Amino acid sequence: MRPSMALLRKDLLLERRAPEAIPAMLLFSVTTFVLFHFGLGRDTLSGQLAAGVLTVTLLFAAILGINRLFVSEQEEGGFDGVMLAPIDRTALFLAKAAALFLFLALVEVVTVAAFALLLLGPSPWPALPGLILILALLDGALALVGTLVSALAIRTRARDLIVPIVALPLLVPALIAAARGAAPLLAASGAGSIPTKWLAILALYDLVFGLLAYAVFDFLLED
Amino acid sequence: MDATPAIELRGLARRYGERWALDDVTVDVPAGATLVVFGPNGAGKSTLLRVLATLLRPHAGEARVLGSPLPDRAWDVRGRVGLLAHEALLYRDLSARENLRFHARLHRVAQARVEELLERLRLGGRADDPVRTLSKGLLQRVAVCRAVLHDPPLLLLDEPRANLDPAAAALIEPLIGRASGRTRVVTSHDPAGGLAEADYALGLRDGRVALSAPAERIEHAAIEELYR
Amino acid sequence: MYGKGLRALSLATFAAVTATFALVFFYAPLDADQGFIQKIFYVHVPVAIVTLCAYIVGAIFAALHLKTRDRRWDLRSYVVIHIALIFNIVGLLTGAIWAKASWGHWWVWDEPTLVSFLIVFLLFATYQPLRFSIEDPERQARYASVFAIMAGAFVPLNFAAVRAASPFVHPRVLGTANGGLPGSMAFVFVCALTAIGLLFALLVSYEIAAKQTRWQLRALRRRLLGGDAVAPLGRSAAPALGAPERPSGPAAGPARGGGRGSHPAEAAS
Repeated sequence: MRPSMALLRKDLLLERRAPEAIPAMLLFSVTTFVLFHFGLGRDTLSGQLAAGVLTVTLLFAAILGINRLFVSEQEEGGFDGVMLAPIDRTALFLAKAAALFLFLALVEVVTVAAFALLLLGPSPWPALPGLILILALLDGALALVGTLVSALAIRTRARDLIVPIVALPLLVPALIAAARGAAPLLAASGAGSIPTKWLAILALYDLVFGLLAYAVFDFLLED
Repeated sequence: MDATPAIELRGLARRYGERWALDDVTVDVPAGATLVVFGPNGAGKSTLLRVLATLLRPHAGEARVLGSPLPDRAWDVRGRVGLLAHEALLYRDLSARENLRFHARLHRVAQARVEELLERLRLGGRADDPVRTLSKGLLQRVAVCRAVLHDPPLLLLDEPRANLDPAAAALIEPLIGRASGRTRVVTSHDPAGGLAEADYALGLRDGRVALSAPAERIEHAAIEELYR
Repeated sequence: MYGKGLRALSLATFAAVTATFALVFFYAPLDADQGFIQKIFYVHVPVAIVTLCAYIVGAIFAALHLKTRDRRWDLRSYVVIHIALIFNIVGLLTGAIWAKASWGHWWVWDEPTLVSFLIVFLLFATYQPLRFSIEDPERQARYASVFAIMAGAFVPLNFAAVRAASPFVHPRVLGTANGGLPGSMAFVFVCALTAIGLLFALLVSYEIAAKQTRWQLRALRRRLLGGDAVAPLGRSAAPALGAPERPSGPAAGPARGGGRGSHPAEAAS
């Protein structure tokens, strides 16, 4: 655990020192809301449409973060500094996934507020607890799959192209579950409850990819 | 005195696609000795260092570093090797102190050691500036700190004195020079200087061993021949 | 030896495909609702089933590659996924035809199997670009295997999610006026499935044999004519097989030349 903490601290310190990912993801999200307003020709959204716009926007914003995740390692002579240390390679995965999760959570605090302000019809407050749950599970999926795909792409030649085309299809089940699950929360007639099947699917998705990541991540780092 | 050699290579090979970056490299380095590796660019010197550092797996042959066979026991070797490569392996936006503290945590080394090294290499004044603001010479000194932070018995040095003025070179000498008592593998382009500090010399050319002998038995001319 | 059993497989496939054609056109009863065009079902569904199984098999081969580090597993994984992708396209096209026949549109979103099929295609279509973007063949094989495993795990998850998202599942059971899948249709379906399965196996075997032969030829040329006679490989998405001959000769290792002493060797002559 200690190496993961050291790696995580380093990444948080780097982002705080030279913020790149978080501001970009924030700006991108809010801009996308504006685009959706004009693209859909709507002032307010509710129900499935609102859930869809919110989750898809978060997904795209996450891609920005995923693209940058391993850049600091890659630039400083590859992953050598970390690879030379007597630590479990999985510690790197945990640290990066945790960092991505935290970045996403931070971005979502602002993004959901902006969404409520700009596009959401019904009041966000009753929806908030359910939304937090769904977004937490979605962030888990984004963090796990994002870290895997980022590690996969970082050493290829076209890494910022590979990330979206691989990650987005992979994330479809998570998106379906998140969007469908959030829809009743944002219903115009008042916040309903999340159908459990969506929570189950999201949880299953997180579990499967969590286990998978644990099994295969080493192979991405070795040479 | 431990009789097991620090490094034992038998027919070590490493390919890159269809090309063999290292082919049939065989050499022994006793503990505490210095092996200097000569060879033109592309000869495989850096590849050899990276294999010894466990960053690359051998594709053929046998390799034992500090008694542990690679790649099976690579875990045992990590943490006992210090690598000084072309890249500094430091995060540009963090300061020298932050970088070293980070590496100290990864290697489970006390933070006091960081301060000690910063002191010894006279980096105190610039230790809190982002690494990207440091000159190449200072950067190299910080990289040396990183390489010896965990007190490794084996040092792998890729042209360690590049970018250093004589004063700085003198500062790092006790840490990474012969006097440090560690086993060292050093790459060099300088026949005279290289041979002077070597116990054994290895000449590589196109990944293959072109010359391999104790240093006192080698002529400068033989080394220059490698580059022709 | 490469291509072992290919002839037998080819004959079996040819027989199965011909028999299935005959059965589909002359034996299978006409569907009560959809008429003749329903017969595309005998192509579409087997192709879909074979494709999805193939992706899972590709993932299993990839896992074997990572476990054993034997590059032949990577070759098998690559070929299986590559051909499955082609079958995937065929499946989508026949699916569109069937959708038009059944529901009047070239694409329907509430047919979950078809939709999942599209998503799976979008994912596996990135397999070759991913491979192509990695130059080092070793790393390419390893990363491709990791991808194949992730994608293989994704397939069932995807189906579950899309199915859960469909408002209702369109009945995929076809039948004569009596309803249900009558025996004759089931029989033809099983034949069609066998035929498509054999066809897939045949294509995979041919491609693997072709690649292995090409590599063998390359290695022979290099050995007989020298390294210069063989043009260096350009970038390729296909796995590089057959470790190139080492200049120092094959089977170089501790056994060769006896054990060396504990002192460095003498200067090479």
